[in-house]
Amino acid sequence: MLDAANRHFDHLPNRPGVGYKPQHYSDILADPGPVDWLEIHAENYMGDGGRPLAQLRHLAERFPISVHGVGLSIGGESPLDPDHLARLKHLVSWLNPASFSEHLAWSTHDSHFLNDLLPLPYTARTLDRVARHIDQVQDTVGRRMLLENPSTYLAFSDNEMSEIEFLSGIVQRTGCGLLLDVNNVFVSATNQQTDPVGYINAFPMADVGEIHLGGHDEDQDDHGAPLLIDSHGREVVDPVWALYAHTIEVAGPRPTLIEWDNDVPDWLTLAAEAARADGVLTRVAA
Amino acid sequence: MSHHVKTLAVAGAVAAALSAHATTAVNAQEQEKCFGVSLAGANDCAAGPGTTCAGTSKVDYQGNAWTLVPAGTCTETELPAMADGTPRQGSLEALERDLPA
Amino acid sequence: MSVGQSEFTQAILDPDLAVPPGLTDPQGRPAGKRFSVYRNNVAVSLTEALETAYPVVRKLVGEEFFRAMAGVYLRQHPPTSAVMMHYGARLPAFLENFEPVRSIGYLPDMARLERALRQSYHAADAAPIDPAILQTMPPDRLMAARLRLAPTVRLIRSTWPIHAVWLANTTSGAPKPEMVAEDVLVTRPGFDPKPQRLGAGAGNFVEMISGDETFGAAIEQAGEDFDLAALLGLLLAGGAITDISEGT
Repeated sequence: MLDAANRHFDHLPNRPGVGYKPQHYSDILADPGPVDWLEIHAENYMGDGGRPLAQLRHLAERFPISVHGVGLSIGGESPLDPDHLARLKHLVSWLNPASFSEHLAWSTHDSHFLNDLLPLPYTARTLDRVARHIDQVQDTVGRRMLLENPSTYLAFSDNEMSEIEFLSGIVQRTGCGLLLDVNNVFVSATNQQTDPVGYINAFPMADVGEIHLGGHDEDQDDHGAPLLIDSHGREVVDPVWALYAHTIEVAGPRPTLIEWDNDVPDWLTLAAEAARADGVLTRVAA
Repeated sequence: MSHHVKTLAVAGAVAAALSAHATTAVNAQEQEKCFGVSLAGANDCAAGPGTTCAGTSKVDYQGNAWTLVPAGTCTETELPAMADGTPRQGSLEALERDLPA
Repeated sequence: MSVGQSEFTQAILDPDLAVPPGLTDPQGRPAGKRFSVYRNNVAVSLTEALETAYPVVRKLVGEEFFRAMAGVYLRQHPPTSAVMMHYGARLPAFLENFEPVRSIGYLPDMARLERALRQSYHAADAAPIDPAILQTMPPDRLMAARLRLAPTVRLIRSTWPIHAVWLANTTSGAPKPEMVAEDVLVTRPGFDPKPQRLGAGAGNFVEMISGDETFGAAIEQAGEDFDLAALLGLLLAGGAITDISEGT
């Protein structure tokens, strides 16, 4: 447990945040600029001690923290890994973060962890499985979680419903909230040749507790159609900023995270992305 | 060495170690500083791999038909080994034995 | 027909397998390259994880060789946990049997050392003893006592000059390694693990202490050339002793 004297943040503010990288530790404490909260990947703080946990303890005194899991495999056919669930419960009860979220994806099968967010078909059967897993997570961790829409690169011939119908069904069944990744919306809509604005307009915004923005790379499929890769390795592109502005106009201001996980830039470059999100949040609120 | 002599030697060694330690111990303030920046540098290799929720555009998923040979600094760090790949009895004696008389 | 995750997983790890049917592009044509995005994400991310975990092994064999070797390793030993900080635990054993590195005898021990550094980095914090306790304890009682070492401490015993090779690949101007067996002790003063070469007998001493033998028994096992003051200095500087207990 953190010391009782520490401040406790019980929600993320409707302000910009960034994905925390240890190389930015000193810069963040010296001048966070427009950054009002931080997100960490749960799995990077599942060691027993040392610098990662010491830094996190320090940062949590000053910033609301969002714990974002990347390895629970909620969409997996296999049962959730009880050891991983226990580690997650331990981290969340130790840190008492402002928010906890995970992905609509799978990554573990037959005890093999593949370290990627893999896709699942949207069917009544998979909806039932995902809902049961989310119930189990929320019961174990003892709090409401947010579920994030994925970037997808292919389609399943046995899909029975749209992603939005699937997510809405999950929310209805489990009472969980949603994490809306606007870059993922843009990437998936391009890859699936659907309309990203239509997706945003149909999204159950009342349940959105957090928004993600990140950079992607451009490629082509076997037939020359655009294929976007969710690489988090560069600035957010203009069409995604436009889609984000539209999202905020529809939904009102929400906690907004800049994700930059590969080729991580210096702090000022990252803070400039957060400032751009700040501009949108401020303009719409005005 | 008798038990008594050994015990005395131990007491002497403990005293020596403690007096050396007293002059080198880091103070709490220095300790605090190293929260942030690793002494090993910003990349902090000892941390090992972290997670990501991102994909990648660097392409490298093929299985490999093996044709490569190691080509790093090991070529500058050749150390004597027996024909079967095991090290020689890794000791100074082994080296000395090989010295020309 | 639904694509099962078993089939998906097999095709991810083996690029020679066909893309499972039922995975398509928006027009319903076979997914082709779209599936390769996932294959690639998995292979590249695990390769990069191994590069991060074993920088000196990578430097020793070269970048191109390491990436190719990582491709073999990750398919034989995909992670069994989502906690990536410890991925690659079986690389030392893998290197023992990997024919193309047979000529580099010290490579498995180098992987062990790098793994030990990583384990130490993430190990639990533990308050060291007040060193003064050692001096206030009469020598006879000290000889019968047991020391507990911090969770951050690791001992790597090698028939190769493993510390010298590590140093030569991490520090500019370090001397060229000479062929001599080396024991290495990893401690973590503060937050940064530190590998240090041990003198004669110290490896035996630390092994005995770790095995919950008494201080006296450990000294006995360490032999005549053992420099106790030097080793104690190293342990105290590394915050490596967390408890002294008397009695059985």
